[in-house]
Amino acid sequence: MSSPLAIETKDLGRIYKLRGSKKETRKELVALEGVNLTVERGELFGLLGPNGAGKTTLIKILTTLLSPTSGWARVAGADVNAEPESVRPRINMVSGGESSGYGLLTVRENLWMFSQFYGVPSKEANERIEALLEMVGMKDRIHTKSSDLSTGLRQKMNIVRGFLTEPEVLFLDEPTLGLDVGAMRDVRRFILEWLKADRERTLLLTTHYMMEADELCDRVAIINKGKVLACDKPSVLKQRLQKDALFEIEVSPLNGLTQQMMLDQPEVTKAAISETETGAKLSIGLVEESALARVINLFTQKDVKVMNLSKREPTLEDVFVDLVGRSMAEEESNESA
Amino acid sequence: MAAWLGWVIESNWTDPFLFAVYSIVKPVSGAAILVIMYGIISQGNFDSAMFPYIYLGNAFYIYVGAVMTGVSWAVVDDREHYKTLKYMYIAPIHIPLYLLGRGVARFITGSIAVFITLAAGILFLNVNINFAEVNWLLFFATLVIGVVMLAMLGLLLAGLTLMTVRHEGFIGEATAGALYIFSGAIFPLNVLPEWLRPIGYFMPTTYWLELLRRSLVGNVAAAFPTLANFSDLQILGVLTGLSLLFGTVSVYVFRWCDSIAREKGLIDRTTNY
Ligand SMILES: Nc1ncnc2c1ncn2[C@@H]1O[C@H](COP(=O)(O)OP(=O)(O)O)[C@@H](O)[C@H]1O
Ligand SMILES: [Mg+2]
Repeated sequence: MSSPLAIETKDLGRIYKLRGSKKETRKELVALEGVNLTVERGELFGLLGPNGAGKTTLIKILTTLLSPTSGWARVAGADVNAEPESVRPRINMVSGGESSGYGLLTVRENLWMFSQFYGVPSKEANERIEALLEMVGMKDRIHTKSSDLSTGLRQKMNIVRGFLTEPEVLFLDEPTLGLDVGAMRDVRRFILEWLKADRERTLLLTTHYMMEADELCDRVAIINKGKVLACDKPSVLKQRLQKDALFEIEVSPLNGLTQQMMLDQPEVTKAAISETETGAKLSIGLVEESALARVINLFTQKDVKVMNLSKREPTLEDVFVDLVGRSMAEEESNESA
Repeated sequence: MAAWLGWVIESNWTDPFLFAVYSIVKPVSGAAILVIMYGIISQGNFDSAMFPYIYLGNAFYIYVGAVMTGVSWAVVDDREHYKTLKYMYIAPIHIPLYLLGRGVARFITGSIAVFITLAAGILFLNVNINFAEVNWLLFFATLVIGVVMLAMLGLLLAGLTLMTVRHEGFIGEATAGALYIFSGAIFPLNVLPEWLRPIGYFMPTTYWLELLRRSLVGNVAAAFPTLANFSDLQILGVLTGLSLLFGTVSVYVFRWCDSIAREKGLIDRTTNY
């Protein structure tokens, strides 16, 4: 183990030159800017950000597919741009949401072929293939031509391809993109099992699913518009917001209660109303929990009945909103507009 | 390994029959069309030395379409169809070797097509090859050098293909087409206008086809003046020299294209991006 760090980046940046179709003026698109990250061996590290944030660009640089335009990055102890030959044997990568593979080869042949490129002894490769296919629940498909697989199964095969070579550092770019709920669960469980088997294994995954990052990752970097905005354990990221106590309250009827009325209370930091068939759902942030009594008091004055009340833990979505000022969905729809 | 993959990809088309049609019947029927055209233009004069000249040139030219185009086409195939080029690329393999390996399979199918074309010519079309007079050593030496040379040209085209986003398939086909005209495949170079001939003289394929003809039918080839001043050995020397030159250039061009592709992020780029 040459270096304790699996991944290290310093002021990493990437600018794409765009050729405008009509105007001759060349536009530049800053896809990554000043990214400084360190990932230790054995970590499951998540990159969380909306579409277009620069996640794939970062993965492409780290896997030697793309040169950075500024800064440097080291993976498994070697510089990705200067010594790609030292990096490649130690890594592997899987992109979700695409179906790759040689359609005329069977699942086993596809996987076996790639294992050979990494010099895995043939017998061991076959054992690993069987074990991994078993783990993702598609061992019965081992002799199926990959062109006959559903998109979900093809993606699972592709994921197995990444794990098969037992890389020191594995990159998964949106591994669950486009999978159905069941397959998603399989894949997440599989990732965790695989990491547990060897503490030296490092995995970097990108996702735009909040829950996925929260449940799976040891540490998460939140990335937006090419910049890393925060990077820490999910629990620590959420603690930043924990000074507010968050409550979800279902009421009926609303009886003219407004957002402003609630915000007028000194201890209320946030208030949102979404009307439902029977009444409304309120989402309220309080300076401290004890202030809840005063809010309930307000309801009683207005003759608003509380149907349900629950305390809500902050999510990474809240962290994102706190950092960017908008939700991830808003950020994405704005991007495409 | 790469050759095995190439073989499976090339051969396993879902249907062995389709495969046979595509890789063998197509070039062979190309030869048939050529024969008919020749028959019409020459008014049936199949005894002229011109006929075996054309027939052999065309037959061996099948290797250009198979090996050279095959190697460069692997880039398009892996990037666009199978979406595996990036996974190949990040694997600890030497990409040029992998691409050349893909060409090996095309060499095998190409050989079958060449063999059938030659056999048809000898059996039915009076292409006279006197087996006692064939210079086998020269023939096989030339064949081997030529196939390696074509594979290296393929690598050069593969590099260019890697760098381009659109019309990639076109590069291989266009080059193959141009070489057909400039290498004396179906007509001697001196049919071309004088200012175009240097292109032909610079192409290793010109010397390759000439030597193949000479080794198989010495007297026929000698009837054409283009390279008549050169001895077999001299031509072999030129062929080897040019092959080495093009081979070396290919390696460097490929490396250069490869680094450009990495800078521009073209390795996993698909046309309909
Ligand atoms: N090859 C490319 N050429 C030009 N722009 C690109 C290219 N690849 C990505 N981009 C742009 O860079 C930004 C970041 O993209 P990407 O890294 O794919 O984000 P993510 O994976 O987070 O969705 C986007 O605005 C995208 O349009
Ligand atoms: Mg992406």
